[in-house]
Amino acid sequence: MKPKFLVGGAVIALALGYMIWAGVTQSVVYFVTPSELQAAPVTGKAYRLGGLVARGSLSWNPATLDLAFNVSDGKTTVPVRHRGTPPDLFGEGRGAVIEGQWAPEGYFKSTLIMAKHSEEYQAPHDTKAAPSPGLIKTLEAGGR
Amino acid sequence: MIPEIGSGALLVALALAVYGAVVAALGARRGQRALVESAQHAALGVFILLSAGMLLLIYAFLTFDFSVRYVANNTNLGTPFYYRITALWGALEGSIVLWAWMVGLYTLIVILRHRTSARELYPWVLTVMLGVVAFFLLVMTVPAPVFARMVPIPADGRGLNPLLEDSGMITHPVALYLGFTGFTVPFAFAVAALVTGRVGDFWITTTRRWTILAWYFLSLGLLIGGWWSYHVLGWGGYWAWDPVENAAFMPWLTATALLHSVMIQERRRMLRLWNVALVILTFALTLFGTFLTRSGVIASVHAFSQGSIGVFFLAFLALVVLISLALIAWRWDTLGAQGELDSVVSRESAFLLNNVLLVAATFTVFFGTVFPLLSEAVRDVKVSVGAPFFNQVNVPLFLSLIFLMGVGPLIAWRRASVENLRRNFLWPVVIGVVAAGVLRLLGVGSVLALVTLGLTVFVTATIAVDVVRATRARRSMGERTLPALGGLLRRHNRRYGGFVVHLAILVVAVGVTGSQTWSVHTETTLQRGEETELAGYRIRFDGLRESQESNHGKVTGTFTVLNGRAAGTVLEPAKKFYPQEQSPIAYVDYRLGLIDDVYLVLGDFARDGTSATVKFQVNRMVSWIWIGGLVLTLGTLLAVLPEPRRKVA
Repeated sequence: MKPKFLVGGAVIALALGYMIWAGVTQSVVYFVTPSELQAAPVTGKAYRLGGLVARGSLSWNPATLDLAFNVSDGKTTVPVRHRGTPPDLFGEGRGAVIEGQWAPEGYFKSTLIMAKHSEEYQAPHDTKAAPSPGLIKTLEAGGR
Repeated sequence: MIPEIGSGALLVALALAVYGAVVAALGARRGQRALVESAQHAALGVFILLSAGMLLLIYAFLTFDFSVRYVANNTNLGTPFYYRITALWGALEGSIVLWAWMVGLYTLIVILRHRTSARELYPWVLTVMLGVVAFFLLVMTVPAPVFARMVPIPADGRGLNPLLEDSGMITHPVALYLGFTGFTVPFAFAVAALVTGRVGDFWITTTRRWTILAWYFLSLGLLIGGWWSYHVLGWGGYWAWDPVENAAFMPWLTATALLHSVMIQERRRMLRLWNVALVILTFALTLFGTFLTRSGVIASVHAFSQGSIGVFFLAFLALVVLISLALIAWRWDTLGAQGELDSVVSRESAFLLNNVLLVAATFTVFFGTVFPLLSEAVRDVKVSVGAPFFNQVNVPLFLSLIFLMGVGPLIAWRRASVENLRRNFLWPVVIGVVAAGVLRLLGVGSVLALVTLGLTVFVTATIAVDVVRATRARRSMGERTLPALGGLLRRHNRRYGGFVVHLAILVVAVGVTGSQTWSVHTETTLQRGEETELAGYRIRFDGLRESQESNHGKVTGTFTVLNGRAAGTVLEPAKKFYPQEQSPIAYVDYRLGLIDDVYLVLGDFARDGTSATVKFQVNRMVSWIWIGGLVLTLGTLLAVLPEPRRKVA
């Protein structure tokens, strides 16, 4: 191999390494439970909040498309606000993972709701990814 | 009784496959033809038994034999006839059966085609292929028994996942699996070449067509998957960088690299080791994809249930990789290159760069996919990287690849002179830049879109330059234009088939660019008779109605498009209520167009039918992606046509 090919290869490898590093730092999303989020919410950080939609907390206004509900892990609840129709499979007492950010006003501002299918097959939904089974298991075990 | 016969058949098939794999290897070592022939018979037996198993399973579905757990879990009395057949591959166990059946089928085709033409390699190819079939039969026997009984026998089944009741689900898995399993053949040949020490170019030219076909089916599987996602899931997208999409995309990337690097080996006797590694990597990635889908390690829209099956796949994957690496190490000395790279500005280095970029893309996709696992293992923090990561890292790589797509086929071998570059690329570069400028003047603001479309025009122009020049050369020999063009395509079908496939990729790239840049959406609640407008399309909500289908109830909204190209179109998005599901499933309705798709999803609705919430999308140029699939089919057909015989005077 001639040196210039080695140099070229090194340049490509470095560029790729940089792109991956930059990509990860910019688009990393943290999985949290309501307890973890309430303990130390950071405004502007991207989270995926996983938990059960608390019974009696759901309110949906078709005229304004405002959706509000609480997500609970059995210990703590977090208020969530979303704009848009609740997705299929979403409902009170069911699992959901919500992507969004912590708003300074003290609620979780959702950009994407991923509802959890309870049966064997995890059905696709209005989503770009489904919840982590590990997370759901943790939640079901009592949120540790 | 039938299910027991089915399990029995699969068990016998397993024994036969193991026997065949072993005697084929023995036959090869001892040079005993009779043993290899015995292995051939075993392969035929395996295929017949697998087919029988599959037919028995279909029979169980058609007769609603709910004593079989797999049938009870994936159909019910209301499931329509054709979906009861396709329910065969609707879930984990059945998909393994289909997979094994396809490898069995490929094994038979290999026997028919290569029995005499590849005498030395052939017995080992048989060993590997039967070994792979044996693995899948083992999976069917131990962790995922498809004929397992259920006690007590339910009166009705649970039903097929409603999202799978779609024509896309009939074809998507079949195409995808034909692609996945197709790579078993080049892999088997690679292993055979390593074992026998015949690591020259024979094995790779022999399997070239296999690789193209497997690549084609995998491409088709990915595109149909995108179509299914687009018209069933109701989010208006076709690709989400979901772990399992990635799992199918990674072998596609490495196989694409392979299709190109094979040409370098054929022409310049270089990249032997690289090609062996790519074949093995591609096959390993198909297994890894299956492992991801079926083990539940990474959550995904496609994830099947968890179970011990993941361990089996991981163990087999480890076995495949270890054996391959050991073989490569053993044959290390013979895998060296005979040719040398002469210049950075040459076709070889363009192809090499294409390979490096494709493998880099594979690595980034792999990294992003397993990142949550890595992070949890290393730092005990649950994180994930979403679509932004994949887009950000891959877009520059893909744009570079499109650029190379224009350069590679025309640049000179060995060392390109300035004259060669000027002759081939001056006009295409000018046309590409002018096209980007015109688009800018027409109001295209996105830099990314301008770059992509400019590159697309550049590559198209290089292809045009080549075709025009070659046709002109034939015309100067006295042929008319059309026969000259036809003769060109026929005589150099591989080259021009490749060009058509490149055009297909460009069409898909335009579709992706257009839809990512210009699609718009809104969501609103409408009273009956009320109208709303998006991107020049006005729609009116005309009301709701209720109906009962064979296995579900349905609430349908009626919306009329009032203006534009789609004026008068009535769209009827619905919510389907399946008794076995806890909540309704959206049924999308759309009007596809070359430029605009009008796409409606019924969200919520008032019980009295007076109002409905609707997601209203105008998606741009998505149809180009599906058209690209058709062009891809044409190009592949052209590329795999038998080479024309030279006329013998």
